[in-house]
Amino acid sequence: MGLFTRIHPANLISPANPRTRASHEPAWVRVALVTAGLLVIGLFLIVPLVAVFINALRDGLGTYWNAITAPDARSALWLTLITAGIAVPLNTVFGVAAAWCIGKFEFRGKRLLVTLIDLPFSVSPVVSGLVYVLLFGSQGVLGPWLRAHDIHIIFALPGIVLATTFVTFPFVARELLPVMQSSGNEEEEAAIMLGARGFTTFWRITLPKVKWGLIYGIILCNARAFGEFGAVSVVSGHVRGLTNTLPLHIEILYNDYQTAAAFAVASLLALLALVTLAIKSWIEWRAHLAAVEQQSVTHAPPGGNAP
Amino acid sequence: MSIQVVNLCKRFSRVAAVDHVSLTIPDGSLMALVGPSGSGKTTLLRIIAGLEQADSGQVLLSGQDVTRAGIRERGVGFVFQHYALFRHLTVFENIAFGLQVRPAATRPSKVVIAEKVGKLLALIRLEDLAKRLPHQLSGGQRQRVALARALAVEPKVLLLDEPFGALDAKVRQELRRWLRRLHDEMHVTSVFVTHDQEEALEVADQVVVINHGTIEQQGTPEEIYHSPATPFVHHFLGNVNIFHGRIAGGYATIGELAVTAPAGWSASEEHAVAYVRPHDITLERSPGSGTSAAVVTQIHAAGPLVRIDLERSSDHQRIEAQIPRERYRELALQQGDTVYFSFQRYHIYPLRPDATTSAPQGV
Repeated sequence: MGLFTRIHPANLISPANPRTRASHEPAWVRVALVTAGLLVIGLFLIVPLVAVFINALRDGLGTYWNAITAPDARSALWLTLITAGIAVPLNTVFGVAAAWCIGKFEFRGKRLLVTLIDLPFSVSPVVSGLVYVLLFGSQGVLGPWLRAHDIHIIFALPGIVLATTFVTFPFVARELLPVMQSSGNEEEEAAIMLGARGFTTFWRITLPKVKWGLIYGIILCNARAFGEFGAVSVVSGHVRGLTNTLPLHIEILYNDYQTAAAFAVASLLALLALVTLAIKSWIEWRAHLAAVEQQSVTHAPPGGNAP
Repeated sequence: MSIQVVNLCKRFSRVAAVDHVSLTIPDGSLMALVGPSGSGKTTLLRIIAGLEQADSGQVLLSGQDVTRAGIRERGVGFVFQHYALFRHLTVFENIAFGLQVRPAATRPSKVVIAEKVGKLLALIRLEDLAKRLPHQLSGGQRQRVALARALAVEPKVLLLDEPFGALDAKVRQELRRWLRRLHDEMHVTSVFVTHDQEEALEVADQVVVINHGTIEQQGTPEEIYHSPATPFVHHFLGNVNIFHGRIAGGYATIGELAVTAPAGWSASEEHAVAYVRPHDITLERSPGSGTSAAVVTQIHAAGPLVRIDLERSSDHQRIEAQIPRERYRELALQQGDTVYFSFQRYHIYPLRPDATTSAPQGV
């Protein structure tokens, strides 16, 4: 074992970077740093996650099952899925358009646009929720007009979707932008020189190049859309069975001292997160594989008739 | 299809990349735009292609003004410096792309496309690699695919931006000759940009030397090489020694050499520079009329000509000479020897204030 652990990394590293040996730290430093890192990860990431599942199952499987199949829980899950189902596609379309426009063209106000896209990252979700209340709420700027036309935004699905969309706004654009910028313009220019129109060029040349970045951005956006609490909490009104998303439902259960039920529903959200992470890792692995394939000599049959 | 460029200007912020350039490229010719990097040659090419918009001036293809026309209406093929192959498409799909994206009305059938791509693959001798992806090809193979892809749409004009720039010397040699042969077979009007004067002189029928966004000289490779119109062209097309002197009373004095000044020069005293190519310098063991003394500082004997670095005794100016191998043996030169040099051929230019900026310094 000792032999392997010593030789293996050296073999990997030394040909590419002969300086690595010189930058090796003494054993005790390495052990101390790794231990500290593991402790932090364990304490802040693993233990809470495990605690969620332990607490969820504390009162037995029956309670767990009842908690997650309760009508309120099911409607919360349903609302969460609908919200994400609207917000994520919207942000995907917007993110692709924004990244395409910022990554491929020069125009006045480009910096301002990039800053605006980042705004939801820097604004507290509660504040963004409040802004929607001030705009669309009954006391808000557009309140009287909305009431007169019987349009409900705050304390209803549109408000929740709006708040979620705002908070998850930057994810796709932010993931795509560096990929778009680094892939350059030459292939697009070549396509246009060969007679391709703008949309054909985007669909057949640009999109395949940024495919993995796009999927990655969508997954992150989706994860955040599921979990968003602050902004949604302000605009939803917490109407049980109507305007409660999963995170809000968990809070209500917890405040009602239904700890086991709260954790049961929380475990549902945690599971969704874990599935998302698994998909994300799988995609990263695929992207890595695609990158490795770029180096190897094996190849797929020409597209068109490829499955 | 002939290409005509009339009084073209293009600025990038403050810098004039193309400065009032007018140029006619006859139908069926193979023309090289050559110049140092940043001289505006690529910008000129991209304006002809429609990838850049000129600030003023016109581009005419077959006499038709296309200055404001879109890229697709020009029928121009373009080969990019770094090939710009579609990395996720196979060689076959890359070449077929231009045919596949045609509007349904003019798009050939799949069979016709396959047949055409097959012919092009044969032309670039890559039939076996049709299913490869671009990253699985060597640089030279990629360049050929890029060329086949541009030719697939049957452009009336082919533009190539530094087509061999990223290849190693041997592959570059082969591809140059191959491009030349290809052009002789297809007769499609072609323009290529290069910073390599040797490439321009070897491949093209017509060479245009560009510097600072303006044309220094246009002509056949022979004209350009043997009768350079400006000091810049002289310096740019191969190594050259520069000697400073003066012109007075109808005579130009360059070191020990006094020659009749070319007609049309003012009789008043004027500074002058003489440009002498290394192989136009003769070396002798003993002094003669019009020779100057110099010390041999270095001898590079590899290659068909022997390169001798000299230092002129009077002012320590460094001079490069190239002499045939036999002559080198005859002279039996050693480092540190004193020799006497004179010029077989030279070009003298007046050194005017505006010329000093373009006249290259040093050897």
